[in-house]
Amino acid sequence: MPLSKNDLDAILLTLELASLTTVLLLIIGTPIALWLARTDSWLKRPVGAIVALPLVLPPTVIGFYLLVSMGPNGFFGQLTQSLGLGTFTFSFTGLVIGSIFYSLPFVVQPLQNAFEAIGRGPLEAAATLRANPWDSFFSVVLPLARPGFITAAILAFAHTVGEFGVVLMIGGNIPGKTQVVSVQIYNHVETMNYAQAHWLAGGMVAFSFIILLALYGGRSARVRTL
Amino acid sequence: MHERDVPMIRTVQRSLLALALLFTGGVSADEVKVAVAANFTAPLQAIAPAFEKATGHKLVASFGATGQFYAQISNGAPFEVLLAADDTTPARLENEGATVPGSRFTYAIGSLVLWSADAAYLDGTDAALQAGQFRHLAIANPKAAPYGLAAMQVLDKLGLSEAVKGKLVEGQNITQAHQFVSTGNAELGFVALSQVYQDGKVGSGSAWIVPDAMYEPIRQDAVILRQGASNPAAAALVEYLQRAEAARVIESFGYKLP
Repeated sequence: MPLSKNDLDAILLTLELASLTTVLLLIIGTPIALWLARTDSWLKRPVGAIVALPLVLPPTVIGFYLLVSMGPNGFFGQLTQSLGLGTFTFSFTGLVIGSIFYSLPFVVQPLQNAFEAIGRGPLEAAATLRANPWDSFFSVVLPLARPGFITAAILAFAHTVGEFGVVLMIGGNIPGKTQVVSVQIYNHVETMNYAQAHWLAGGMVAFSFIILLALYGGRSARVRTL
Repeated sequence: MHERDVPMIRTVQRSLLALALLFTGGVSADEVKVAVAANFTAPLQAIAPAFEKATGHKLVASFGATGQFYAQISNGAPFEVLLAADDTTPARLENEGATVPGSRFTYAIGSLVLWSADAAYLDGTDAALQAGQFRHLAIANPKAAPYGLAAMQVLDKLGLSEAVKGKLVEGQNITQAHQFVSTGNAELGFVALSQVYQDGKVGSGSAWIVPDAMYEPIRQDAVILRQGASNPAAAALVEYLQRAEAARVIESFGYKLP
């Protein structure tokens, strides 16, 4: 077996982190995307820009600010401490929070595009049939935006799997808790275990290729959402 | 400023530029690209200007983890001198024929310190470490960084390895371990003395300087790499590092010398 126990733990942990982040991001991202798609408020542009920030910022910037703000002297750290939760750096929870920031645009943007593509027509039709907003969301918006949700979920998952800088800055390299695959590859390279690095790195390449193939393959049959 | 002054300033600037070109041409200044172990960042920054002044050469430093430098050098990175955090990496490069034979020497012996950013946390002993009333203890990755390995040796000696296992957080190098402690995310951490030592004492926070006998000496070796074989600036740097004035700076950061 070319992979050690730590490697397998890292793979499991990465999948766990990516799954949880994807679910939470779909829950958080949907209302943000809906609002961005519908609003005429002057806040639309600034909020859109904030959501897109992780696309252009180096992960070290996000990691650094998370490290400082989630630490015992930071704003967020003081809040969590006063709630009796301790601090979130060096914990799985901390990684989930970091990943949510890091992958937010990959969920909000495809969803926003999908919602915008639906337009007001179908919703007005639903309203004339006396559907309340919840009804029309679940029976009109959700089915019509399905391709957008699939794209958003795949991208959030894949992007979180590929996360490195943020985890490196706030994780602390703890096996089974914060040691994800990308960090484990870095460990192997740093300690000159190139054979093991190749196994994990090669696996990542194959995984990413399959994900993208699924994304582009599925997309030709669906509406373009990105 | 009056407008008519501008042409005169331009003339002065041009003459200065010409003068500078003349001088650099005359002294035959070369540039040396150095890969420097993260723990030696502060001393090197102090040594660089003195070296440049004394020799007329220019020093371009990259700071990072020794393991990472090894990977880069084996893959053709253009470094000419390596100041490693250990003695095994330069030896390994030497065996692989990537260095100038005979150029390897120990430029510093590192000291380990248990450090807290909180000025009241440590009292110059290991009492707080023994008491175990902390949530996180930062170390550098013991597999990649010699200071991390030394930290594990100390914990073993104290019989605390098992007790602190769930509290250990690893930085990828000693810089990151220091960062975890300085931001308060870890109450305590084993870092390089050179990172917290200024003018012969620990500059901020509180510390326990670990006795030498508790860990294997952290011998840090330097070596001229093949790329630097014909660069006089590389040879000059290696020579300069062994001068008394460089030794004084190195010792002032808490290193020992062989």
